[in-house]
Amino acid sequence: MATESVVHTAMTLHDHLPVLQILVPFIAAPLTVFIGSRALAWPISFASSVVSLVIAWLLLMQVIDGDVISYHIGGWAPPLGIEYRVDAANAFVVFLVAAISVVVLPFAKVSVAYEVPLRDHALFYSAYLLCFSGLMGVAITGDAFNVFVFLEISSLSTYVLIAAGAGKDKRALTAAYDYLIMGTIGATFFVIGIGFLYMGTGTLNMADLAQRIAAQGGNRTIEAGFAFILVGIGLKLAFYPLHLWLPNAYTYAPSAVSAFLAATATKVAVYVLLRFCFTVFGPAFGFEVLTLQYVVLPLAVVAMFASSFVAVFQSDFKRMLAYSSIAQIGYMLLGIAFLTETGVTAAIVHLFNHGITKAALFMAVGAYVLRAGDTFYNDIAGLGRKMPWTSAAVVIGGLSLIGVPGTAGFISKWVLVQAAFEKGWWPVALLIVASSLLAVIYVWRVVEVLYLQPAREDSTATEAPLTMLVPIWVAALACIWFGIDTDTTLGAARTAAAGLLNLPGQ
Amino acid sequence: MIRHHLILRVITKMLIGPIMLFALYVQFHGDYSPGGGFQAGVIMAVAFIIYGVVFGLATVQQVFPPWLVHKLLALGVLIYAGTGVVSLFLGYGYLDYGAFTPDHPEHGQHWGILVVELGVGVTVTGVMVAIYYAFAARTPAISDEDW
Amino acid sequence: MDWDFIVGHVNYWLFIVLMMTGLYIVVAKGNLVKKIVGLNIFQTAVFMLYISVGKIDGGTAPIFPTDMKIDPAVVYSNPLPHVLILTAIVVGIATTSLGLALIVRIREAYGTIEEDGIYQIEKDIAAEEYRLHNELKSRRS
Repeated sequence: MATESVVHTAMTLHDHLPVLQILVPFIAAPLTVFIGSRALAWPISFASSVVSLVIAWLLLMQVIDGDVISYHIGGWAPPLGIEYRVDAANAFVVFLVAAISVVVLPFAKVSVAYEVPLRDHALFYSAYLLCFSGLMGVAITGDAFNVFVFLEISSLSTYVLIAAGAGKDKRALTAAYDYLIMGTIGATFFVIGIGFLYMGTGTLNMADLAQRIAAQGGNRTIEAGFAFILVGIGLKLAFYPLHLWLPNAYTYAPSAVSAFLAATATKVAVYVLLRFCFTVFGPAFGFEVLTLQYVVLPLAVVAMFASSFVAVFQSDFKRMLAYSSIAQIGYMLLGIAFLTETGVTAAIVHLFNHGITKAALFMAVGAYVLRAGDTFYNDIAGLGRKMPWTSAAVVIGGLSLIGVPGTAGFISKWVLVQAAFEKGWWPVALLIVASSLLAVIYVWRVVEVLYLQPAREDSTATEAPLTMLVPIWVAALACIWFGIDTDTTLGAARTAAAGLLNLPGQ
Repeated sequence: MIRHHLILRVITKMLIGPIMLFALYVQFHGDYSPGGGFQAGVIMAVAFIIYGVVFGLATVQQVFPPWLVHKLLALGVLIYAGTGVVSLFLGYGYLDYGAFTPDHPEHGQHWGILVVELGVGVTVTGVMVAIYYAFAARTPAISDEDW
Repeated sequence: MDWDFIVGHVNYWLFIVLMMTGLYIVVAKGNLVKKIVGLNIFQTAVFMLYISVGKIDGGTAPIFPTDMKIDPAVVYSNPLPHVLILTAIVVGIATTSLGLALIVRIREAYGTIEEDGIYQIEKDIAAEEYRLHNELKSRRS
């Protein structure tokens, strides 16, 4: 609150970037409802996504050297007021979300027009924008309770977006309902955890929480808070035994929604886990170290194998990708559980690389749905010759999923293996490689179906339209680009990891 | 059909006015006494819902058509966010109400909270009525004999 | 674990009972509406936890007198948890109405809101899909 004695220096637009990041899509959402025009809904969404991406880039450039931007909502200073705090870690995540949105939206125009009834379009894009701004809000805020609010904004709109797939398959409704129940339990657990932290420390600001927890050490209240937060976020990020909502949700949601969610929603949840594990509780918090080592690490390894194994036996390309997502989350959790700088770097890099890989693959799924009606292996058999460009992108995405050198997926797995060796846990390193072999099998099945099997006689599929091909190939080329030029991603991830672990910046 | 439930109809008509008035009271006294946009919005919505319950969905949708409900619930959010945008353009932080009267920030806070609460009230009214419409429109109308 | 401990933590005991009741309903009941009711009880338990934490012994309503002459002897309750939970309540309403809206759509699409019935229908759809695809496969090879 500004008092009368304080002379106010006018803030420039540049100072407002952190709040504009959230505000632009957040205002665009009610605007699409208010205008109510189906024709204008997409242009508004796309324009606000582009503006968000520009802002995210400007923010990332400001904090890439290890600086921190703090923005006070309503002029109330933290720890009392809500603070938006931008550092390398969340600027990186926000940039990923905004970039994915800008790539997915051009693809969504055709895909959504095909999969979602026309009269729902204005509301669909408004829910999309809310989800988009909610995800960025989760990443950018520095207030623990505000995380919950943004998490629920994004989750509630996600349920709507998934249910929008009901026009094509009615099972989207039960998928959305299941996710609603599980997601709400997760969010409520998260709130209980925040409540315990507030009882234990009397503050909600993350930086302030970190100081007070460090000062008083762990006690039963704070340990309970950590456990509740871990389980709550675990539900949101499809942490292995809590992942049951994910396969159905991703399978029956409209393809554009699957592409956007697979690339961003779970990644933002991983970021929240990183933020709580490292900034708020800190690696000095003994209870956390034990939990990560004896609970999260084994479960992450189980996730890598069990989900990959299930993915091998799927007969639907989209569902296979959903199971592969759960397995890939395992790699990120593994990186976190190492509790070293290299491990966290691996988690952040994999978060980004897997995001673009899955975006490319799920968008290709959308192209197959448009041309072949479905993505069962029988329906897409032989499409490698009929849809050469889409299928080539699937091959690139698949290679990145396996982690073949020259693709983005290789970089993150390489850093992860490095982290395992650094820690001296060579069995874990072997397990990472072994689970990648499972990825070879499930990716090969798709490639075999696409290229080596004859097409259905009644198949009339032709190459996907250019508005779909361009986004698919932007994501696919990004998989290759970030597999060769690693300075940008790895550099940003290192700075982010150093910031999270409170190491001196590099 | 018109002749049924005479007492219900008369009492409802008598109540709707005071309910709306009370909603406005709660709305505009929210800044320094218990109340505010959330409560006022719900009370205001009750006025429409009770009208719909007694006189039928079609009647209340003539007064408050669904397209208007959608516009209003979006408008409320725009009012709230727009207040912040105005303070932003005046060179202050987002939602820093001191921006409206820079030489006396407390007055600005009064104005700011009034406008913001108005936005909340409009949205909550819209959302509550929209939820009622969404569910009421899906069920088959109850025939007169089933009362 | 003496008597004072039990009485002194009465709000926590109630919170645990209410929370577990809600969670049990969500898990055990097959009716989708009952699941939403259970979810509501579960969330309400959390609201109660927050609100009871804000209460301070002998604390009055946290409204300062208009002349801002605050008597240091007066104890005020902590309003912050209440404000936080106001947000959570609104989120809860949104979740409930969205859940119910989904149930209405599920009922229109499936004709039932019992979990068993829905599961059976989905199993039939999946079996039908499987049969169709096997047929296609065998015809091709």
